[in-house]
Amino acid sequence: MPLTPVITAHWDQPDSFTLEGYRRNGGYSALAKAFEMGPDAVIATVKDSGLRGRGGAGFPTGLKWSFVPQNDGKPHYLVVNADESEPGACKDIPIMLANPHALIEGIIIASYAIRADHAFVYIRGEVPHVIRRMHAAVREARAAGYIGDNIAGSGFNLNLVVHSGAGAYICGEETALLDSLEGRRGQPRLKPPFPAVAGLYACPTVVNNVETIANVPYIVNNGVDWFRSFGTEKSPGFKVFAVSGHVQRPGIYEAPLGIPMAELLEYAGGVREGHELKFWLPGGSSVPMLTAEHLDLPLTYEAMAEAGSMLGTGTPMVFDETTSVVRAVTGWLDFYKHESCGKCTPCREGNWFIHDLLHRFDQGRGRSDQLVVLDNVCGQILGRSFCALGDAAATPFPSAMKYFADEFEAGTTTPSSVAFDPAASTVFSEVKA
Amino acid sequence: MTVTESGSNEVTVPEGHVAFSIDGVSMTAEKGTLIIRAAEQLGIEIPRFCDHPLLDPVAACRMCLVEIEGQPKPQPACAIPVGDNMVVRTQRTSKVADDAQKGVMEFLLLNHPLDCPICDKGGECPLQNQAMSAGRAESRFEGSKRTFPKPINVSAQILLDRERCVSCARCTRFADEIAGDAFIDLLERGAQQQVGISEDTPFDSYFSGNTVQICPVGALTNARYRFRARPFDLVSVPTVCEHCASGCSLRTDVRRGEVQRRLAGDEPEINEEWNCDKGRFAFPYLTEDRITHPLVRDDNGDLRTASWPEALGMAADALTAAVGSAAVLTGGRLTSEDAFAYSKFARTILQTDNVDFRARPHSAEEADFLRSVVAGSEGPTYTDLQSAPAVVLVAFEPEDESPIVFLRLRKAVTKGTTKVYAVAPWASPGLSKLGATVLAAGPGQEIQALAGSEDVMQALRQPGAVLMVGERAATAPGLLSWAAQTAADTGARLAWVPRRAGERGALEAGLLPGMAPAAWGELAAGVGFPGVIEALVTAAEPEEALVPVPDPEAPESASTEVVPVEDEEPEPPFRALVLAGFDPRDVPDGAALVEGFAQVPTVIALATHHNDATRAADIVFPVAAVTEKAGSFIDWEGRRRPFPQVFRESLILSDAGVLAAIADEMLQDFGPADPIALRAEASTAQPATRPDRPSVAGAGARETSAGEAVLSTWRQLVDDGSMQAGEPYLAATARPAVVRIGPANAADLGISDGDPVTLTGTTGSVTLPALITDMPAGVVWAPGNSGANLVADLGVTSGDTVRVSVGRTS
Ligand SMILES: Cc1cc2nc3c(=O)[nH]c(=O)nc-3n(C[C@H](O)[C@H](O)[C@H](O)COP(=O)(O)O)c2cc1C
Ligand code: SF4
Ligand code: SF4
Ligand code: SF4
Ligand code: FES
Repeated sequence: MPLTPVITAHWDQPDSFTLEGYRRNGGYSALAKAFEMGPDAVIATVKDSGLRGRGGAGFPTGLKWSFVPQNDGKPHYLVVNADESEPGACKDIPIMLANPHALIEGIIIASYAIRADHAFVYIRGEVPHVIRRMHAAVREARAAGYIGDNIAGSGFNLNLVVHSGAGAYICGEETALLDSLEGRRGQPRLKPPFPAVAGLYACPTVVNNVETIANVPYIVNNGVDWFRSFGTEKSPGFKVFAVSGHVQRPGIYEAPLGIPMAELLEYAGGVREGHELKFWLPGGSSVPMLTAEHLDLPLTYEAMAEAGSMLGTGTPMVFDETTSVVRAVTGWLDFYKHESCGKCTPCREGNWFIHDLLHRFDQGRGRSDQLVVLDNVCGQILGRSFCALGDAAATPFPSAMKYFADEFEAGTTTPSSVAFDPAASTVFSEVKA
Repeated sequence: MTVTESGSNEVTVPEGHVAFSIDGVSMTAEKGTLIIRAAEQLGIEIPRFCDHPLLDPVAACRMCLVEIEGQPKPQPACAIPVGDNMVVRTQRTSKVADDAQKGVMEFLLLNHPLDCPICDKGGECPLQNQAMSAGRAESRFEGSKRTFPKPINVSAQILLDRERCVSCARCTRFADEIAGDAFIDLLERGAQQQVGISEDTPFDSYFSGNTVQICPVGALTNARYRFRARPFDLVSVPTVCEHCASGCSLRTDVRRGEVQRRLAGDEPEINEEWNCDKGRFAFPYLTEDRITHPLVRDDNGDLRTASWPEALGMAADALTAAVGSAAVLTGGRLTSEDAFAYSKFARTILQTDNVDFRARPHSAEEADFLRSVVAGSEGPTYTDLQSAPAVVLVAFEPEDESPIVFLRLRKAVTKGTTKVYAVAPWASPGLSKLGATVLAAGPGQEIQALAGSEDVMQALRQPGAVLMVGERAATAPGLLSWAAQTAADTGARLAWVPRRAGERGALEAGLLPGMAPAAWGELAAGVGFPGVIEALVTAAEPEEALVPVPDPEAPESASTEVVPVEDEEPEPPFRALVLAGFDPRDVPDGAALVEGFAQVPTVIALATHHNDATRAADIVFPVAAVTEKAGSFIDWEGRRRPFPQVFRESLILSDAGVLAAIADEMLQDFGPADPIALRAEASTAQPATRPDRPSVAGAGARETSAGEAVLSTWRQLVDDGSMQAGEPYLAATARPAVVRIGPANAADLGISDGDPVTLTGTTGSVTLPALITDMPAGVVWAPGNSGANLVADLGVTSGDTVRVSVGRTS
């Protein structure tokens, strides 16, 4: 399957991130089209395109937009989720760096569709360079009349605010994000009401991922049929895949959904020289791991689910045989324990528990019976926590046990650092050797 | 609710209800009912921590997970409303639910210190209890627990042990949703999540104690009760609060003859499950510095301990000689039974109508208002407030003066559609938390502000609107007349809210001149506080004053003729005064009253504690405090709030008991003095009320000259009140005493926030830091009894003029 650069098509141009660069390549032409179509037709188009949210859950975007009540007399808001904090996920940051105007054009169109006159981009606070770039792009767009009152003579007004987070994974969860945006401490809200009904400042709000929104101008410009010519029935379109880990050429590969991992891996130059694949995760640390036997499965929401994993953010992480599964899982749990917001008991306390047990195995001090406890504890979190972060934390261990139980057994006697030289799995291992 | 046997399909579902089953029992409930509440109706208790029926659901603790057919994951029963045909299985019938709950319980205990043996909650702890019912016997966690330094203060009164906290957010939600004092919040994340305050803002909420009560673990404790008792050693008695006229139900927990703590009682129609910190913590006065024996004045003029027979005999003799020439003055804190006893004793035994309970600034207009509009009236009630479209507050600051009225208004505003209007000199914290529309007006300007507001008049005309006036209205001439007239004109319901618990009961007992039941016979029209004080002052006028003063301009030689002083003893203004629970520092001219004691042959005081009046009296009787007798208060709604005797073994006589004993000595028949008999008698001896409403014209604001301002004042909830004595932790949470002054007047004086400002009245002055506040020019505000008692120490009350100066007076 060939790569299909759309959002990433012009990233090789040195000024792809400028207004001029974007316009030179046809940018801001979808806007006029959308204004001509009218908001309802835009929603219908996005609905028909089958675009699914790229933030991880894959929720149909047009459907989400259609939940926003119309003529309710309340302000509506569009919030772009650019918190990208999932371990292994690195696609929204590059999009904002290299093609911020596609995002901005998408924001204008989406806001127009859901009748929002105020939009926000919530960017994780750890990436000041990206925040600066977005600010600059918004400034350019404002100066060009794409943001502000009566955009391009359409009568549509939009204000766009770039907001920086303060360093919390949980603020990527849409309702926690809204709390954070409102100036509160970011913790997920009880649903219902869903944001589409009562979101930011208790007004109808659509929260979408950066990549989701960046797709919109291309769909409006090229049409539903064009979009559906990529991907599968249930996973139409293309995806900005970010391949990381033990591959020759980690990076961004935009390809149709449904491309098998094996092909994507080839584009990335395959596993590191002299090494072989041990396991991989299709979309961030929160999805169950897969192995070589799953390499030929198409990267679609449905196929990954069938294989017992999830497409997630569509940012595959690849690990070769130098990797200690125990160490990898323990590392992820360090992350989840640190990022648990503390609101609900299973995630707050369960992570403390798993973390304690995993470190025992990582240090070769585990006991076999504790593997049962670990599995049990993960089961006590999964499906019982308040939000999906708890579920995510309960995912790595059981999925690793499925394929690498013996490594955990070994953790009853041997520290992971002894079984697997940590240096061997680093980028600089070759330099050393 | 309808419950049918499992399998039967004959449930009829009423309009607005849904049918569902829990553990195989079919039932119906109103739409929107949460599963956890529906299960309670069936007697099924789903374990819970964060759930609280009066707080919005958060579904945070995950203790209440149940299985709902068709749902892939167990669901929190505390947050999910029952749905039509929903099939719910709790821990009793579902392994999924049971496992989920056991898992959550294991997690909750993971980082919990399990220091139950030294925890105040031990023995009444939902975590302990539910660990027994929903927990595993053994912990599988072998790691080390998260630790925090043991308790830290979130206020002077409230301590927080973060290790014990289960992050249920009940306390923070209470503070935010109910009290509106979001001074505590959850901070940090993950297992480090903890309750905290912002650095310079302690949890000084009037309602902070409620958080201790609803904390499901021993994380929150209060300094008053900490380490004092074990719940299983306590005897709990349902009581009623004696502090304000809100009428809270309380639970008084005692051990070995001493109150250990007081908790809010569950009274859905009144205080729901809350109360204020004063009612909760201000009880040490009950045991501190009590008068324990009768006292009589000896030949040297000193009070000495006397036996009961001696003191009763002396009192009987003095009162027998005083029949027809006595006065009975009471404080505002008597039970309604004791108040009735005084009313009856004055009228039937002392043959006098000289009675008054209004030991505070008052007016003749107010007496007319109380007799004509308030006495015998019913409602409006708390429930009426909650459903009122509009409530207009006049001379009334609910958060300070009747905290449960404040909480109910807040609920009406936040959960309902009630709109609050207030005429006040400044937007107090309480009014702000009610989102009240404030008509800015100083004392005397109220009528103009209210009548001039089309919004307010329109609001009052809405069916169900309530007009609430506070006792301070007595100090603004015409205001009560206006309120009565306006209520009649608009159809708004009128509520009079006194500050003290006993005032309404005293009114209903007829403790005002002219209110004697007809059955007690004709009596000459009596006088109340002002009349008594005036008579005493007149009588005390030094005779020299009657002597013409020599004219200094007149030539030295010109002799002035001195009027000869009469030798004959003049008839005293009263032959006896009976003072009941009365503190002269509460009334204007109280000092003159005490000085006037010299003009009265016998002053008899019945009191629990000494004050300037008991110290100057001739005979003093100790009486029972509220825990030592049964009785009732009548709250601002007019609702009777009966309470039992907490210390059944107490032999201390109630006021009524002492009066009956004196009557016995006088060979008079007083009748039974027990509260039940008195209550029965009171219900048949209806006091006479006067039909006419007062119609005093408004006087407008007082004229002030340069350097003067009109004083606005009320007492803050937590202040120097004598019944708050002995509770330093409560006192430390009081709002700081300040002088509030408008920006223009502050600029004239050249002061800014924090600068000392001195207010000088007729008898003294007070210096407090200034707080520049948006308020009408020419008005200053200071708390009534925080640092200085304005009535007693400055001789001023709301509406009076005070001199305002910068800095301290020497
Ligand atoms: C812990 C957690 C972190 C998340 N982080 C992100 C994120 O960084 N970016 C994102 O787009 N969605 C994130 N999500 C998913 C969002 O909640 C939400 O589903 C998404 O923003 C919706 O956008 P989409 O429909 O366009 O995918 C996260 C969810 C959870 C539970
Ligand atoms: S699962 Fe619970 S504790 Fe974890 S992040 Fe979500 S709400 Fe917070
Ligand atoms: S202190 Fe108590 S009430 Fe507050 S969150 Fe912790 S456990 Fe809950
Ligand atoms: S509100 Fe009034 S009645 Fe209730 S506890 Fe406080 S002082 Fe007592
Ligand atoms: S009681 Fe239901 S989640 Fe806490």
